[in-house]
Amino acid sequence: MGVKMDDLLREFLTETADSLEVIDTELVRFESDPDDKDTLNNIFRLVHTIKGTCGFLGLPRLEAVAHAGETLLGLFRDGTLKVTPEAVTLVLDSIDRIKALLNHLSNEQVEPEGNDRDIISRLEAHAEGGLNAAAAAPRAPAAPPPVAPVSSEPDFSEDPELAQAAGVTTGRWDPDQQRYLRPGEVSMAELEAAFLATEGPAEIKNAKPAEAEEAEGKKGAISTNATIRVNVDVLENLMTMVSELVLTRNQLMQMLRTVADSEFKAPLQRLSGITGELQECVMKTRMQPIGSAWKKLPRIVRDACQDLHKKIELVMDGEATELDRQVLDLIKDPLTHMIRNSCDHGVESPEDRIAAGKPETGTIKLRAYHEGGHIIIEVSDDGQGLKTERIRQKAVEKGIVDPLEAHVMTDAQVHRLVFAPGFSTAAQVTNMSGRGVGMDVVKTNVELIGGTIDLRSRRGEGTTFSIKIPLTLAIISALIIGVGEHRFALPQLSVLELVRAGPQCEQKIEFIKNTRVLRLRNRLLPLVSLEGILGLSMDGSEPRADELAYIVVMQVGDTRFGLIVDQVFDTEEIVVKPLSKRLGSVAQYSGATILGDGAVIMILDPGGVAKSISNLETTMRRVNQEEASRSSNDYVAGEKTTLLLFSAGGEEPRACPLNLVTRLEDLDASTFEMTQRGPVVQYRGRLMPLVHAAGTHALRSEGRQSILVFSQGESVIGLAVDAILDIVEDNLTIQLSDMSQGVLGTAVLKGKSTEIIDISYYLTQADQGWAEAAAQGERKAKRQRILLVDSHPFFRNMLAPLVNAAGYDVVVAESLEDAQTKLARGNVFDAVLADTDHPSKMDQFQAIVAQGGNGPVIPLSSRSEAPSTVLGPAVPKSDRYALLAALDSALRSRGEAA
Amino acid sequence: MNEREYVTFKIGTQVFGASVSEIHDVFRPSNTTTVPLSAPEIAGVLNLRGRIVTAFDGRALLGLPPKEKDDGRTLAIGVERDGESFGLIIDEIGEVLRLDADSLEQNPVNLDPVWASVSRGVHRLDNRLLVIMDIDRMLSPPGGDEIAAAA
Repeated sequence: MGVKMDDLLREFLTETADSLEVIDTELVRFESDPDDKDTLNNIFRLVHTIKGTCGFLGLPRLEAVAHAGETLLGLFRDGTLKVTPEAVTLVLDSIDRIKALLNHLSNEQVEPEGNDRDIISRLEAHAEGGLNAAAAAPRAPAAPPPVAPVSSEPDFSEDPELAQAAGVTTGRWDPDQQRYLRPGEVSMAELEAAFLATEGPAEIKNAKPAEAEEAEGKKGAISTNATIRVNVDVLENLMTMVSELVLTRNQLMQMLRTVADSEFKAPLQRLSGITGELQECVMKTRMQPIGSAWKKLPRIVRDACQDLHKKIELVMDGEATELDRQVLDLIKDPLTHMIRNSCDHGVESPEDRIAAGKPETGTIKLRAYHEGGHIIIEVSDDGQGLKTERIRQKAVEKGIVDPLEAHVMTDAQVHRLVFAPGFSTAAQVTNMSGRGVGMDVVKTNVELIGGTIDLRSRRGEGTTFSIKIPLTLAIISALIIGVGEHRFALPQLSVLELVRAGPQCEQKIEFIKNTRVLRLRNRLLPLVSLEGILGLSMDGSEPRADELAYIVVMQVGDTRFGLIVDQVFDTEEIVVKPLSKRLGSVAQYSGATILGDGAVIMILDPGGVAKSISNLETTMRRVNQEEASRSSNDYVAGEKTTLLLFSAGGEEPRACPLNLVTRLEDLDASTFEMTQRGPVVQYRGRLMPLVHAAGTHALRSEGRQSILVFSQGESVIGLAVDAILDIVEDNLTIQLSDMSQGVLGTAVLKGKSTEIIDISYYLTQADQGWAEAAAQGERKAKRQRILLVDSHPFFRNMLAPLVNAAGYDVVVAESLEDAQTKLARGNVFDAVLADTDHPSKMDQFQAIVAQGGNGPVIPLSSRSEAPSTVLGPAVPKSDRYALLAALDSALRSRGEAA
Repeated sequence: MNEREYVTFKIGTQVFGASVSEIHDVFRPSNTTTVPLSAPEIAGVLNLRGRIVTAFDGRALLGLPPKEKDDGRTLAIGVERDGESFGLIIDEIGEVLRLDADSLEQNPVNLDPVWASVSRGVHRLDNRLLVIMDIDRMLSPPGGDEIAAAA
């Protein structure tokens, strides 16, 4: 293994490595707040310590670099030099050089050949240059270094006589370094004095230890009290042995449980307690604050800012959150990648941010906290959010999803495509994050340690990635389940809940063809039997409708499914043992464990189990779709509409927007009367014409009849239906069709294809004079012309008849461009109803409308809580009263103005 | 004389020998958990003094019919490879023989290819033939030589 490294050197290397990590972080903090003397003092002290130790160990290259760095820092410290990003970059570069030297040192045990003249002269030049500038400025530094500013100087400093001969005895002789000082450089002795004057760790001043600790604590540094370095292998070994001890304890306890009275009971109880405590202690030795994995991140963000010309602030929260060091090591790289990703793709350039009305400096927030045996790490930025359309397009281009599939995916689902293998979102590959490894690698790494990753993104507002990982890998909480003779452990992390299904239970297993599903809280959960997955069923798993079974509801990534098992035993803390290489090819297992009774059982890999459900993929996709649309509503501004589901002339559900319906009534069919114009009913003291959604013949003649009542002004009409089924709130995606009159199209609601009926068709059918009658009261001598702009066919079809029915002439435009063409033809409109899908274009559009002498633009919104727009509050499209009222008042004010 | 020590054991009716140095221990497998979806020659996993042992069925490996009834006298040869414990389930354990390595004869050319792949050769004893088994090869996955290569 080569020569054993000198103990002293090794200790120096470990300590220096730690110090350097701190410096990186501190410097970045210092750059953002140059007035923070504490931080600067910290940095100064650290570099000084490194320099001092190097001198002691005889490492001249390291010492020289550290010295030059310290000189520059010293100038910052006494305010002679202003802190600039370039200066900080320079110091960081010198720190990088020190790291490189240390790296070589730890591998070869000697400093590499060569010298560091390049970096040292840059540092010195900066010190001089900065000083010249400072001297030029008429200000007296508190402690001016005694130097004569000279613009340039040949390198005579190594030889005092030569320098003297050349007449450039600009600096003073430093006996410690055996050379002349450069302008701006201070002598070793002065640095030493400055160092001693620097408020440092209290032990230097021989203060009381309590105070020292307090001072440390105040700086937010991780406490340094009474620690020793222990080889990781020793800890690992200890952990293994404790694991064995726990198993043996469990076995003993199991044995004793069957013995009624035993003299071993008391001592075993004690052994058990101590074992538990021991296990906890050993676990603790493996725990490290997550902050240690974050140390490098401020530097990474800073460098990214420089490279990308962005301004980003990294905010870290929860550094003290502890987790197993094995896990810690494994998440370091994914985290670094995610931070880079956020810098690169998340946060916009300062110009774009200002244009978007955001503060110039972007924020990346890193947060960690515990949540029931897991640690959650969130990386969120306040950047541009994910570009849904670009992702969709790219995913199709790369063949990750087929175009049809991509089209029906919800935004949240599309966003998750960034985790798909081979996906890289950056349109332009930068050297930051576009290096062939993408979020899929992050996802794989996180999943490798039994974690999950998810993201939320909102266009223009930012993206949040959250990782959920177990605190430790060695011991996991698992649910022990049974199928036939077999027992398996299922990691609790992926288990959502347990459901019992059977004839006597609330939940029943149902079938779609041969696929088992479970109706769980109004959602369909695809089911798969563990027996089937593991090939244990004798008869090819013939589905039985009256099965009595336990269903473990599991979630793996975005896939949610139910696992049918025969028995559920217990939750146990199990020690994970690696899977034998000879079993490694079975994807369904992730490891094995020994239970308290001594039996070995396999640990199921939730990911592997999920993958083996191939024939259920379609069902799952639909379930996921529903779920995604549900969850995406939280942050995706979708067109959410409340719909009334009913049946008429068939089993298939039909729907119409609930907002159009005034009342739901259940009337006695015997009171219906037949008139020349069709059936009517006495309703609230007046005649209400009736029409049945499936044709008038379907109207009942006896019993109760469900009626949807629509009213307009003084007149009402009733639409009879067979039954009212439900009210759903959903993102309405209508596929238009011309299949029959009275149907706008179909949409998938609650997983079922549903006809969306055209209300206006039925209304005019019920009473041909209805539309006119409705407008009778406010009919104008000249019908006013309204331009309706909406890109959504559903709303165009819904609103145009409505506005028309209210007594206006309606011209429909599909887009703002289309509207402009129509306006350009010399048409003058009394009012323009415009959808605010493109708020940015509204200003311009308004100007065009105003130019032509048209009436006001009334903004429309598809959301029920109407947002404010540049043109004032938007009117919700679904609220016909508000819409007509807004139209009316707009026209009235126009009339008054004219 | 170049002598080698062999542990002899029976799988089915055939007597095999394996080099003493290759064998870690001999144990009585109990409470074996079968592993669904695993290769047919894997008998299951079991707990041997706190270690998890992957047990192989010797008969299945050699293409022999399974034992008709379990007489409770099943034994296994324990092998350690790459920090993992394996067990080879056999029918009967025999004596330890000291044999001259020079008297090892090559496999007969007409030997069953599966057997030939795990046999290092044959010793002619007084009243029977002793097939010298390459345990590493025996426990390697078919087509892969991970364990043999590591040894």
